[in-house]
Amino acid sequence: MVTHSSTTRQTTGRRTFETEVLVIGGGVTGAGILRDLALRGIHGLLIDKKDLCAGASGGNHGLLHSGARYVSNDLQSAVECREEGEILKRLAPQCIDNTGGLFVSVEGDDEDFAGKFPGFCLAAGISCQEISATEARQLEPGLSASTRRAFMVPDATVDPFRLALENVAHARTLNESIYRPHTEIISFDIEAGIIRSALCRDNRSGEELRVIARQYVNAGGAWAMNIAHLAGCRDVHLLYSKGTLLVTHDRLTKRVINRLRPPSDGDILVPGGTVSVLGTTSLRTESLDRVLPTVDEVNRNILEGAAMLPALAHTRYIRAFSRVRPLLQSVGDSDDRSATRGFALLDHQSQNLKNFCTITGGKLTTYRLMAEKAADLVAGRMANTTACRTAIDPMPGGDACRWTEPGASPKYWYQAHNTEDTILCECEMVPQSAIDQIIHCAPGAEEDMTLEAIALRSRAGKGPCQGSFCGIRIASYLYDRGYYQDRTGLIHMRDFFNERFKGQRTVIWGQQMAQMELAEALHCGLLGLDCLEDVCQDTPENE
Amino acid sequence: MNDRVENTMIQEARHFETDLAVIGSGLAGFAASTFALNRGIRTAQAGNTGAVAYTTGYLDLLGRVHNEDVCPVTDPWQGLRQLRQSQPLHPMARVSEDDLRAAFREFTSFISDCGIIYNAPGQFNATALTPAGTLKPTLCVPATMQAGVDALARKARCVIVDFKGLRGFSARQVVANLKDTWPELRAERVLFPEMETGEIYPEVMARALEVPAHRQALAERIRAVVGDAEVIGVPAVLGMHNPDLVMAEMMRLLGRPIFEIPTMPPSVPGIRLREMFEQVFPQKGLVLIPQQKVDKVVFNADDLQLSLSDNFGPITIRAKAVILATGRFLSGGLTAAIDGIREPLLGLPVTQTASREDWYHLQYMDKRGHEIHRTGIEVDDKFRPLGENGQPVNDRLFAAGLILAHQDWIRGRCGAGVALASAYKAVEAVQELLR
Ligand SMILES: Cc1cc2nc3c(=O)[nH]c(=O)nc-3n(C[C@H](O)[C@H](O)[C@H](O)COP(=O)(O)OP(=O)(O)OC[C@H]3O[C@@H](n4cnc5c(N)ncnc54)[C@H](O)[C@@H]3O)c2cc1C
Ligand SMILES: Cc1cc2nc3c(=O)[nH]c(=O)nc-3n(C[C@H](O)[C@H](O)[C@H](O)COP(=O)(O)OP(=O)(O)OC[C@H]3O[C@@H](n4cnc5c(N)ncnc54)[C@H](O)[C@@H]3O)c2cc1C
Repeated sequence: MVTHSSTTRQTTGRRTFETEVLVIGGGVTGAGILRDLALRGIHGLLIDKKDLCAGASGGNHGLLHSGARYVSNDLQSAVECREEGEILKRLAPQCIDNTGGLFVSVEGDDEDFAGKFPGFCLAAGISCQEISATEARQLEPGLSASTRRAFMVPDATVDPFRLALENVAHARTLNESIYRPHTEIISFDIEAGIIRSALCRDNRSGEELRVIARQYVNAGGAWAMNIAHLAGCRDVHLLYSKGTLLVTHDRLTKRVINRLRPPSDGDILVPGGTVSVLGTTSLRTESLDRVLPTVDEVNRNILEGAAMLPALAHTRYIRAFSRVRPLLQSVGDSDDRSATRGFALLDHQSQNLKNFCTITGGKLTTYRLMAEKAADLVAGRMANTTACRTAIDPMPGGDACRWTEPGASPKYWYQAHNTEDTILCECEMVPQSAIDQIIHCAPGAEEDMTLEAIALRSRAGKGPCQGSFCGIRIASYLYDRGYYQDRTGLIHMRDFFNERFKGQRTVIWGQQMAQMELAEALHCGLLGLDCLEDVCQDTPENE
Repeated sequence: MNDRVENTMIQEARHFETDLAVIGSGLAGFAASTFALNRGIRTAQAGNTGAVAYTTGYLDLLGRVHNEDVCPVTDPWQGLRQLRQSQPLHPMARVSEDDLRAAFREFTSFISDCGIIYNAPGQFNATALTPAGTLKPTLCVPATMQAGVDALARKARCVIVDFKGLRGFSARQVVANLKDTWPELRAERVLFPEMETGEIYPEVMARALEVPAHRQALAERIRAVVGDAEVIGVPAVLGMHNPDLVMAEMMRLLGRPIFEIPTMPPSVPGIRLREMFEQVFPQKGLVLIPQQKVDKVVFNADDLQLSLSDNFGPITIRAKAVILATGRFLSGGLTAAIDGIREPLLGLPVTQTASREDWYHLQYMDKRGHEIHRTGIEVDDKFRPLGENGQPVNDRLFAAGLILAHQDWIRGRCGAGVALASAYKAVEAVQELLR
């Protein structure tokens, strides 16, 4: 049943990959589909134009919704979240921190909404227990003195990076399914209602690759409409909403804190390991690329968030980031936040295509269900009758995937107790051995890795210094190991710092400003990474 | 009860009378005190001396100028002439070429006399090595680094030796990035004597090399890998108080020149300067209060008073003039809040952009450099800070160093240049005031 993909070089000189299913988009949905198919014995190739979690999957709140957030305006989503949340807590506990959540209202919030909230939860089957404002402030001392009502719900947090990595790693173990980063879909070769092959480009080398598969799955998230267009399909209608989130330097609460009001700006604070994430704003956007946080969005989140947790007004922030939510256009259009957070699976029969489907929308929390639905369709089309197993089989934990877990690196490091294993990233305690393991065997490690790729697979660069200092240390370690042999390492360093900066730019004040000044003094003043073109050339009088 | 008794016993108010008070112990503060000492001005200096430990030891005058493009500067004096045209408000544009040369000469000869030998400023920038194997234009280098500059220029047969356990410094990295233009460069690694396992730190290594036996041991290990190299490069750990002696001894033991390459901060060459100043200044009669921040400055009709305090109680300094050399954000001379930038000690107006949105360009490595670095304190030609009205805030108040507006020392590679130039002129103006 298992067929291995093979690579051949045709007369054109273009490399060709063969697989059973090409999955386009390395977010949690695509990763989940790869595994779901592998569990049914179907071989897949997953590609992403950048890398795992480059889209919404790498830029969300990390909230494993109990569903309570949606009880007032989207009952179906609320129920889906509840069910999926329970499954993930059971089967993929290594990716989840079962923190619990609170919904709180403060003075001035709509009393009526708060009154109806328990009823809404009951209807969705979500456990919801009211506690007094005093009790709430005992549980979470940071809550505002003007807290009015508080409800406990079973919210949790999820590490989407680890989730995606584990899915890909498991698929690889199951049947050698493949993940290939930096591979962008360019066009489809269609004949008589059948996609014969897909043309892809390796975005690092520029090389064009051909992929021949029996089925093609578009798991492109917000890009799904664009990808569908490449296949000539006009039946995916998406609008885009940009959300901006802030990462604090410290973890401010034990639990997820939601504002008890209809969804709005800056009303969720989600803990994640040693930090907290505040968000989000919601702004219509046309553009899918170059979505960057603005100073205005940052200020808005802080202003709103501080009503729940006054400390948010003066705490230290280390990062801001923005991603785009795809909004399925069929439902409501006046308010982006009330548009459905449900997902859509399109089989494109109406577009006269028999081996292409699109899955988009939804949530991180419901990614497994989305993958199941997509894999059901694909397997059915391939006459594979194996049932979905992802709601039954636990997700195995892969060693090379474990470095993304906040606060885990120090644990492994202390356990190993090896003084020779020097810490390279001090903020997050990432040791040399973690870097070694990642470059050897983490998913996507088959080809040359950049500092960005390593950071994606670990906590390196995610702490208060945002990689400013550990980036230098990791690069020099990689030179040391002979991994870098020429100036590539300098270029990777520069690109890594440039990339990390995008998330820092709007939250640089207070201590972050001091740190940024030091970082730039090192990167540019000392190492000259701002002038790499001429920095290694000789001065005239030397030659 | 006991505690209180003890406290009152230790605590005593201390008071100093002086002519000049210098606030800040970065390069600008140290330079100001140096110039003042040389001019016989009674001086007291206060401020945490940590900032100097960031510097590599290289003293930059001007390494890059922005015209249409960013160009590396070979002749910094020529570069300064361009700067005067293109950035007339730049603090160095207010200082004549003669004064700048004099400032660098006076400062480097002072520190050389005090035991850390530096070359005198020349006509051209030297091309110096960085720990990443990139190259940096700079004007004055310590004698312990000079052989590296020469070896690079000659493309000499050279071995870079690093030490197991020293993070962030990889000889292989230096070699990998230079081998294209410097084929006779190679890398070796040795164990640092008695620090063979775990992580090791430059400062500790440098202090260890003050001891002859450790030098012997290290030389033996280096000799084993030196091969046919004519010259040897190592991370900057050749001694703390006597670097030139340590270097000479290593040279003797190894039979060929040896040089230092800066490490990541905290860097030994910076710590050397700091420890030297801390030792020498008091000997020369300067009152140095090294670890404390000044809390308050009060200006009177014919003098001014600084207040600070340390573990032993409050300190006051009465002076006729004060130089503010408190640096930028890293040192606390300026603070950035979500809604703007302030000068926290005196509340001086800060020249800045209208909104936080304009502090940084979208691209980190944007060639233009970021506006945030050009924010700062406005001064007149005597380096007196200006108030909102464009007039000097007080005739007794001067400012020097990176706190000044209209310069981007990071992209301009002109940290020491700004510090020395402004300190020199500020002290000159103080001298005039005191006359
Ligand atoms: C601001 C924000 C906050 C959120 N918070 C939460 C939350 O707290 N909890 C929750 O459950 N959900 C949350 N979500 C929703 C959740 O993040 C998404 O539903 C989920 O990540 C979608 O995953 P995906 O794999 O479908 O899409 P994506 O993660 O967007 O993946 C699509 C991938 O396709 C790739 N791609 C695009 N074009 C091409 C091409 N031509 N060729 C190859 N690859 C291509 C992209 O690089 C990308 O990696 C949030 C979303 C946003 C925007
Ligand atoms: C990583 C790094 C590398 C560098 N490398 C080089 C190099 O290679 N070459 C070069 O020429 N330059 C270099 N520099 C720049 C050089 O350090 C500065 O140019 C120099 O220190 C002059 O700055 P300054 O004295 O104005 O400010 P700082 O050095 O910032 O010193 C300010 C001082 O003021 C003190 N202070 C602040 N507030 C108070 C207060 N209220 N009371 C008392 N004291 C106060 C601080 O504690 C500090 O000691 C580097 C800087 C950094 C950060």
